[in-house]
Amino acid sequence: MQHDAPMTTSAAPLQMHDESGVPVPRAADGDDSALVDRLRRGEEAAFVTIVNGWSPMMLRVARSHVSTDASCEEVVQETWMAVIRGLDGFEGRSTLRTWAFRILTNLAKTRGVREARSVPMSSWAPADEDGPTVDPDRFRAPGDNYPLNWTSVGAPTQWHPAPEQSVVAGETRRLLGAALQELPERQRAVVTLRDVHGLSSEEVCALLDLSQANQRVLLHRGRARLRAVLEDYYRGATEVTA
Amino acid sequence: MTEDTESPAPGLTISCQEVVELVTDYLEGELDDATRLELEAHLALCPGCGTYVEQMRLTIDELGHVPVDTLSDQAQQDLVAAFRTFHSPGPPGT
Repeated sequence: MQHDAPMTTSAAPLQMHDESGVPVPRAADGDDSALVDRLRRGEEAAFVTIVNGWSPMMLRVARSHVSTDASCEEVVQETWMAVIRGLDGFEGRSTLRTWAFRILTNLAKTRGVREARSVPMSSWAPADEDGPTVDPDRFRAPGDNYPLNWTSVGAPTQWHPAPEQSVVAGETRRLLGAALQELPERQRAVVTLRDVHGLSSEEVCALLDLSQANQRVLLHRGRARLRAVLEDYYRGATEVTA
Repeated sequence: MTEDTESPAPGLTISCQEVVELVTDYLEGELDDATRLELEAHLALCPGCGTYVEQMRLTIDELGHVPVDTLSDQAQQDLVAAFRTFHSPGPPGT
């Protein structure tokens, strides 16, 4: 059942559920009150599950506020200590994860201020946030019979084999991981939290202090860049490399 | 039935260059109905844009498999130990 299915995408909002109790990859919450009960009873397995499941996202969020990997790790550890100590006082007005992430962002922002990296993401200088995401030369001229539609050489061609096929999956994922690191910071944070970790747009906006519209622009530009990286890879794979 | 030469057929009022900039709003379900229907009509007519949107989906899917950093083993062990200590029963006989 729990095969390696795509986690996210498409028009439908990301659905997260785990009726089976089996941890669902990366972002799922499952039954929150049951989880809280298990944690309050001291069930170590439940704690291990959420530490494993949420720490990668927490590190990524912390990274938007503090400057070094070591600081990120410390902030995430402090967050978990605060979760352990605060669990009895957790009132369930939000999900446990939302509560834990609020602790995280508070700690990370405080730490960021101390490290003089206090500028909130929303006020960072925009980088690569306007202009076309696809090379205009790939489209016909405005005066053409089919203005601004793909030229014959500009149109995208299908990728073979598909990126998830085992012969290329390792390489496409490696390329995407590397290309993510090259994105402007705001795009990287949004794309990573949305598409790698599977958070919802609402969660990402809250964690990074972004408006929905701004979040979508960053997501769009980041995803377009990453698609282009895969396109280059497939072109290189089908053409004689220089 | 009269041909309405004023308004182009569905899918033709939108250019490919516009489609590629609308794709995220489309996938996020944020387009108004009129724009969404127009875009979908365009996709049905245009293999290039169909491929583009499909590749965007494939890219998103593959991003879900990109390896992520997590806490060091030592940090995780320390946290589990802290959790255990916090929940350890009080002195016997209580």
